Amino acid sequence: MAQKNVVTAIHDALHEEMAADDRIVVLGEDVGVRGGVFRITQGFMEEFGPARVIDTPLAEAGIVGVAIGMALHGLLPIAEIEFADFIHPAFDQIVSEAARIRYRSNNDFNVPLVIRAPWGGGIHGALYHSQSIEAFYGHVPGLKVVVPSTPSDAVGMLRTAIRDPDPVLFLEHKKTYRAITGDVLDEPYTVPIGVADVKREGEDLTVVAYGFMMHTCLETATRLQEDHGISVEVVDARSISPLDKQTILSSVRKTGKAMVVYEDNRTYGAGAEIVATIAEEAMFDLDGPIVRIGGPDIPAMPFATSLEHFYLEPEPDQLYRRMLDLARF
Amino acid sequence: MPGFVHLYIGQEAVAVGVCATLRPDDHVASTHRGHGHVIAKGGDVNRIMAELYGRVTGYCRGKGGSMHIFVPEIGVLGTNGIVGGGIAHAVGAAMSHKLLGRDNVAVAFFGDGASNQGVFFESMNLSALWHLPVVFVCENNLYSEWTEYERLTAGSQIMDRGAPFAIPSVQVDGNDLLAVRDAAQQAVRRARAGRGPSLIEAITYTQCGHMEGEEVFAGKYRSDEEISSWMVRDPIVLFRERLVSSDVVDRVTLDRVDDDEGKRVEAALEYAIRSPAPAMNELTEHVFTEER
Repeated sequence: MAQKNVVTAIHDALHEEMAADDRIVVLGEDVGVRGGVFRITQGFMEEFGPARVIDTPLAEAGIVGVAIGMALHGLLPIAEIEFADFIHPAFDQIVSEAARIRYRSNNDFNVPLVIRAPWGGGIHGALYHSQSIEAFYGHVPGLKVVVPSTPSDAVGMLRTAIRDPDPVLFLEHKKTYRAITGDVLDEPYTVPIGVADVKREGEDLTVVAYGFMMHTCLETATRLQEDHGISVEVVDARSISPLDKQTILSSVRKTGKAMVVYEDNRTYGAGAEIVATIAEEAMFDLDGPIVRIGGPDIPAMPFATSLEHFYLEPEPDQLYRRMLDLARF
Repeated sequence: MPGFVHLYIGQEAVAVGVCATLRPDDHVASTHRGHGHVIAKGGDVNRIMAELYGRVTGYCRGKGGSMHIFVPEIGVLGTNGIVGGGIAHAVGAAMSHKLLGRDNVAVAFFGDGASNQGVFFESMNLSALWHLPVVFVCENNLYSEWTEYERLTAGSQIMDRGAPFAIPSVQVDGNDLLAVRDAAQQAVRRARAGRGPSLIEAITYTQCGHMEGEEVFAGKYRSDEEISSWMVRDPIVLFRERLVSSDVVDRVTLDRVDDDEGKRVEAALEYAIRSPAPAMNELTEHVFTEER
């Protein structure tokens, strides 16, 4: 067992996987000689060589398209999109190609591809280094979308993603990279995709969240326990698609109160699907309204520090007050 | 200063040389390294600096920051956080000029990195096909983000990419202001005369690297020898020497200009720092027109 931050955890896990299976190649912008913008592949070029650690041009459609071709013909590519905000030129390759090839080839072909991308805001990245993109891709059958938020989950889910015979979009919240540390087991464990995790057990209220917001919710839950003796259960969705309805519904049925929190624009965000699931399947177990807290419906997170702050926390201590209100409802 | 800032220092001759040939109502589409383009096109340094600081006196009231500065009154179609994001916009601007019977020109500034995006080739094809008044200006600063451009870019010269589209193309010393200006003048004249697009590849160097604070991420990836070989070819220093040796201006006058410009930047810094941050109501403004 070792304490690691998210960057180190992913670096080490990716390193172990590449050492164990020489079909794995990584490709992306600055991933090779420079070791990646967030240092995830630092030292990989020296160790695994340029045939397996590939610096690509700044051309995302090409990165993903070529990775699909590799995946179809014997390799296990891990494509890095330097910032999730840059992924959009590759949307067509991901949605029209990677996600549909198994289905449209009538199971003749499959695409064992992992696309890693740092997402999320709160680091003064402005409009094109802060985006949440999970909802665009969560809508696409044939594609799995995961959002681990702890070092341990990132490691276990990365291993699962690499072993998965189908394409996985592996989203890493960039604010967790160095801010979140935790224990990581030494043995090569896996964490399944499509299984949520109760990160904090509670009795009065269920909060479902993911990404950096999940950590904010955990802190808020701790304060509510200390200040008011309110016991909040925090469920880390971890996987946007497939979504673990069972864990979420079990928790909601136990507490009778449900809140869903996400950083993305509120409207049509991934949290909307979670809310709909609760409304459809647990309506009569609820003792209060379902509360949905998402980001404002604006085109992107603005640059100014004040506006970035308002995006993430439109009212002072919003989560604390909304959780308290719901618990007391 | 918060956020990611990509300095233009070392590439000034390209922005100045090109923009010197443009009218205020001509358009430029800029890049993530666009401070110089905005200044050269006539932008107000105070308002640029305020945008870099995320203040309400900035060109976009702090919404955009360094990588997203729009200045419609001088034809700046935006600096752009997406590599290659603005190239096609210049083509579209040129199409508007042509269809609406204006004699304006649109310039697409972009880097060697963006020259590998598909949209660059699509843009060249359309502009040549439709004979549009576009000037493609590739600022080849030798690095695509942190990787040497020649490790990512096939063919020996980016200017060669114009040939398949029959786009007249030229490579110039991007640190030589007059060389850039001469090439731009030809291209702009050609565009304004309705004879179609041109491509200029300006070889230059990003003295400060890809972004400020990059050592934390990228470490040191350029040799001291390489950096100093380009520092002695600083475009401002080169042009200054040329002015003096040709007896156009004396050193005392140039020192005074340097001094004045230095004060202007310091004043802009003061202006930015003293300006207020945007209030919360601005967060949700301007998603659509007349939304309230």
